[in-house]
Amino acid sequence: MSFTNLLRVAITAILSNKSRTLLSTLGIIIGVAAVIVMMAIGQGSKENVRSELSKMGTNLLTIRPGSDMRGGVRQDPSTQQTLKMDDYVSIREKAHLITHVSPEVTSSGQVIYGSNNTTSSMYGESPEYMEIKLWKIEDGECFTDEDVKKSAKVCVVGKTVVEELFGDKNYDCIGKTVRFKSIPFRIVGVLKSKGYNSWGMDQDNVMIAPYTTVMKRLSAQTYFSSIQMSAISEELSDEAIEQVTAILRENHKIKEGQEDDFSVRSQQEIMETMSSTMDTITLILVVAAAFSLLVAGIGIMNIMLVSVTERTREIGLRMSVGARGRDISRQFLIESIMISLSGGIIGVGLGYLASWTASAIGLPCSVPLWAVILSFGVCAFIGLLFGYIPARKAARMDPIEAIRYE
Amino acid sequence: MSEFKQEPNFDAQGRKCVIELRNVKRNFIVGSETVHALRGVSFKIYEGEFVTIMGTSGSGKSTLLNQLGCLDTPTSGEYYLDGVPVKDMKRSQRAILRNRKIGFVFQNYNLLAKTTAVENVELPLMYNRNYSAKERRRAAIEALEAVGLGDRLMHKSNQMSGGQMQRVAIARALVNNPAVLLADEATGNLDTRTSFEMLVLFQKLHAQGRTIIFVTHNPEIAQYSSRNIMLRDGKIREDVLNDNILSAAEALAALPKPQDE
Repeated sequence: MSFTNLLRVAITAILSNKSRTLLSTLGIIIGVAAVIVMMAIGQGSKENVRSELSKMGTNLLTIRPGSDMRGGVRQDPSTQQTLKMDDYVSIREKAHLITHVSPEVTSSGQVIYGSNNTTSSMYGESPEYMEIKLWKIEDGECFTDEDVKKSAKVCVVGKTVVEELFGDKNYDCIGKTVRFKSIPFRIVGVLKSKGYNSWGMDQDNVMIAPYTTVMKRLSAQTYFSSIQMSAISEELSDEAIEQVTAILRENHKIKEGQEDDFSVRSQQEIMETMSSTMDTITLILVVAAAFSLLVAGIGIMNIMLVSVTERTREIGLRMSVGARGRDISRQFLIESIMISLSGGIIGVGLGYLASWTASAIGLPCSVPLWAVILSFGVCAFIGLLFGYIPARKAARMDPIEAIRYE
Repeated sequence: MSEFKQEPNFDAQGRKCVIELRNVKRNFIVGSETVHALRGVSFKIYEGEFVTIMGTSGSGKSTLLNQLGCLDTPTSGEYYLDGVPVKDMKRSQRAILRNRKIGFVFQNYNLLAKTTAVENVELPLMYNRNYSAKERRRAAIEALEAVGLGDRLMHKSNQMSGGQMQRVAIARALVNNPAVLLADEATGNLDTRTSFEMLVLFQKLHAQGRTIIFVTHNPEIAQYSSRNIMLRDGKIREDVLNDNILSAAEALAALPKPQDE
């Protein structure tokens, strides 16, 4: 029998028993919808984290000093004082895959204005830092290279700091002087709010000042705690890392075979670490949902076995007018695949609807296309797998007995 | 039928031999006993014959029908259908042979439920890839016209009377232009009047040159066929030509008119 004829016969058979077909597809519908929703939530939260991280710049690269070995004992990470001015200058001059670079020194402590005080972090940076971390200035402007040269006591502040010190986050505080660890800083700009990041840190509780100011006047150090950079693009991150590594190894006179005394990491790597955790959670959810598909498949097999018995006479007739065993088995296989696939289609639709509802109420949800394709594939496979036994039973019938079956 | 080996076999009048049985035996093993359903049956049926095979239940007539219809194979002996040796054929080969050379008419019609007459008749051709959908539909309509149901093409099987259903079944048996039409108690479920209508149809098909084998336990039907084979205990007891074929149409006309007309 040709494929179009088989399809027609299957459709006729399915339509002639609508309520039963619907009930037997219910398992598949629920299973597929569950899988789709699980994947949508997994994908949604992953994209959420990704967009969170990309707010900080997806092409962000960070150099940290390495940990020292003293007498065979590995010290805390980032304890070496190896990142110096030379390194910053060399990267600026030689690393053409780097667009922006800013040394970073940090200090954390109390900041005071009048009778108000709060605890914040002071980041010593170059003006390029705004480009690297994608900070926008809402009010006033950023400090300049000139300020860096003069180690000027100026800073830009985040919204939280403004709110804590001036009582109102929209307070016009440009030109006011605040004291950070008793050093006066004149506010030259206010940062546009970034809000909390996905692991709950307030990104607006921040003060940014020229790195020279922080180094000389606050922490009295000659080394950087890190160097922040942007690569030309996300794709070129790896090559930029290689380039920077080569420059620093030369600067630090590290011989071939010797370990780096610093590390360069990209945002990409951090993202991958986060994603892999998400992937594990998603996988567990999807496996649970997949088991419901297995149960649904057994339901379909049961219905198909009943259907084969019910239609014994029809099978006998088809055989006596010339259907071969394989024509009969194909007929029932196609029927079970169609039942399972139509359940899959409805299930995907329902899954879409559910994820749409979920994202409407604020859950991050995004149905990945591959999940839809995978669902259809799995449904076809279930139909084939669980249709096989009933189809074989039908194909092996003896036409003489089947045609006289009552 | 290029897929089968042909061994043309003609009689003195130049008629082609459609069916040839040579000492066909069929045993069934039931528990520890062997039941001899056919104990060596031999005959030839030529093109254009209308043969009734008669016998009481247990005479082996169903077993013989299954043999003739290629639904079963002999335990020993030979069976040639239209020159094709059936005995050693596999299941799927016999399915194709049935599809191309045999038309079955059953006692209980065996139409597909909720399916139109024309779709029921198309069924055998669905299993023949040489037919396109168009050709299949045309052949089915022709067959239905031949049995007098040209105006009932789209009626569903549950909207028809017993006689109409049996006509659809006969059309289905004719649609593949078979070498032999095998009827199994084809009038068994019908009232007298409709039975005669069916016999009229079979005689008409016989007159058109069809080869018909009609298996029945009703001795009356033998009068309307050209030859009668009588079975008893798995053997042929009698095989006679009928010199005085009665006309079913005349018998039908002689029946009292139904009261409600």
